[in-house]
Amino acid sequence: MEILVPALLTIITAATPLLFAALGELITEKSGVLNLGVEGMMIMGAIIGFVTVHHSGSAFIAVIASMLAGGAMAGIFALLVLRFHASQVPTGLALTIFGIGLSALIGQSMIGIAYEGIPHISIPLLSSIPVLGELLFSHDLLVYFSLFMVFAVYYFLNKTRAGLILRAIGDSHDAAHAMGYSVIRVRLLATLFGGAMAGLGGAYLSLAYSPLWVEQMTAGRGWIALALVVFATWRTGRVLLGAYLFGGITILQLHAQALGIGVPSQVMSMLPYLATVVVLVLISRDLGKIKLNAPASLGKAFHASS
Amino acid sequence: MLPKLVKRPAPSRFMVYLSPVLALFLSLLAGIVLFVIMDVSPLAALHAFFIEPISSAYGLSELAVKATPLILIGVALSLGFKAGVWNIGAEGQLIVGGLCGGAVALYFYEQEGFHILPLMMLAGIMGGMAWAGIVAFLRVKFNANEILTSLMLSYVAGLWLNLMVHGPLKDPEGFNFPESRIFSDSALLPVLHEDYRLHIGFLLALVIVGLGWILISRTLLGYQIKVSGAAPAAGEHAGFSTARIIWVTLLIGGGVAGLAGMIEVSGPIGQLLPSISPGYGFTAIIVAYVGRLHPIGALFAGLLLALTYLGGETAQILLNLPVAVTGVFQGLLLFFLLACDVLIHYRLQFNQPALAARGA
Repeated sequence: MEILVPALLTIITAATPLLFAALGELITEKSGVLNLGVEGMMIMGAIIGFVTVHHSGSAFIAVIASMLAGGAMAGIFALLVLRFHASQVPTGLALTIFGIGLSALIGQSMIGIAYEGIPHISIPLLSSIPVLGELLFSHDLLVYFSLFMVFAVYYFLNKTRAGLILRAIGDSHDAAHAMGYSVIRVRLLATLFGGAMAGLGGAYLSLAYSPLWVEQMTAGRGWIALALVVFATWRTGRVLLGAYLFGGITILQLHAQALGIGVPSQVMSMLPYLATVVVLVLISRDLGKIKLNAPASLGKAFHASS
Repeated sequence: MLPKLVKRPAPSRFMVYLSPVLALFLSLLAGIVLFVIMDVSPLAALHAFFIEPISSAYGLSELAVKATPLILIGVALSLGFKAGVWNIGAEGQLIVGGLCGGAVALYFYEQEGFHILPLMMLAGIMGGMAWAGIVAFLRVKFNANEILTSLMLSYVAGLWLNLMVHGPLKDPEGFNFPESRIFSDSALLPVLHEDYRLHIGFLLALVIVGLGWILISRTLLGYQIKVSGAAPAAGEHAGFSTARIIWVTLLIGGGVAGLAGMIEVSGPIGQLLPSISPGYGFTAIIVAYVGRLHPIGALFAGLLLALTYLGGETAQILLNLPVAVTGVFQGLLLFFLLACDVLIHYRLQFNQPALAARGA
């Protein structure tokens, strides 16, 4: 138990940024937009969140600011893709390159500054239950919020009319357009939501997971979040499962040393990336499953007159 | 009032070439705004970025040194992007190529001979090909998205290089620093002139530009690549094997990126370090786009993007500007390019009559 409980706790904190980013990208992709710029939006959320908390002292304002930063990045993407008909793959790549550069520029003066991390809340009584109390009822607010968002995204996609419209647009934008739905507006909102969630995921890294600023601190998590959406075959519940699975793999490296496993740290650090490849292969080889769940218009440009 | 976008009957050839120029101009404007925000004189900054680095023969030689990997990889990625094969893990292929080439150099440490450099080249190319080959295999056999797998493998490659220079390839007399021995003379690329760092790798890049141009415009394979990207269904109907296109473009991309990695370690670096590239593999994606997915274009775009690296370093020395400005500028350039590219397929229409607008 002495090893297990802290291990499970770190899995939760490692999974939370992935969960935020992947949930956001899920909504974006369900509307038919493939935004490969998650890494860039996340890193911007991380630095803006960190700068804001440093200057304002308020974690709440920092979280809002990081969501706005992610949203603003997504806004650039939406402008290029939805208004200027730029193709989605290179635009997403540009967003990542730009975000990594801009965050490094903004973060110049933030290197070496420490932050104590966003406060944890212990729910009275419940948190004093042995083991379970620590595991379930003593996290920071964002962990609870990420779990709430899993439910909210599931409910939105599957139980609301707006979610149905979003999915319809993702599956066939021409048919949805013919029915009178505004393809561009829905995709804009879905893209902005994806950006805000990626920004939030980034903020979780710089405010809670390892509360400091390091250049490129997202270290590919944005790309792993993209892979998680494929892993989940575009289903909300499996995004949760995937995020926690990858959280587990990420923290293996932290605990391998404690357990006395004599593998070089670099090899342990490779694990999340290798696992992503393995998982992609396992899921993607079943073409039927992908076709059944992937939004049919994913990545395709829409122009009302065409 | 905002102008409306109206689809052109046919793509504009003129805009294809004007778009990068427009994008560069807009990026410079955005750069000026950025410098004003950072409280730096825009004139001094632009001079430090784009004029100072190339106002001496030494600077021009450095430009060519930095452009070499960008041109090489830019040409190779252009082929893949044309075919719709998204190899964005050239950085990893470069690293593995450098690692393999470097390992050969260290194997022949303190030996002489004209066989060493060709063997290093071969190792670099094979290493890059193998790394990209994994991506091709997973894509063809299991339908795994090449964007994600190639990128994930880039992170793995970086960690692998790091592991090697901390372990087996570490300099035994290096006071435990994570660096390899400095390569012997026979494992270093000859320079073109003894006063400058410009090496024969740049000439090799020019050869690859020529070969790429012949491949894309004069061979059946090049034609198949173009058709597969522009009209995949037509390509398949004509009997072009999609799997073959994926394999070929990824292996070429990986092989050339691996060669670029070998050139970096045996040229300007001269040993293996934990990091052997400031993101050339990613910047080459921008090179490919700015170069209009054409080998000759990649040559010019490679020089331009090399200037952003060089300018970033100069601006850091002269004006104490952070190097990160380079990344911001590169990102802006690609943004503006993608935005300007809308004018290839659409034209702007101002004051259109109400009826025509509804009909459109």
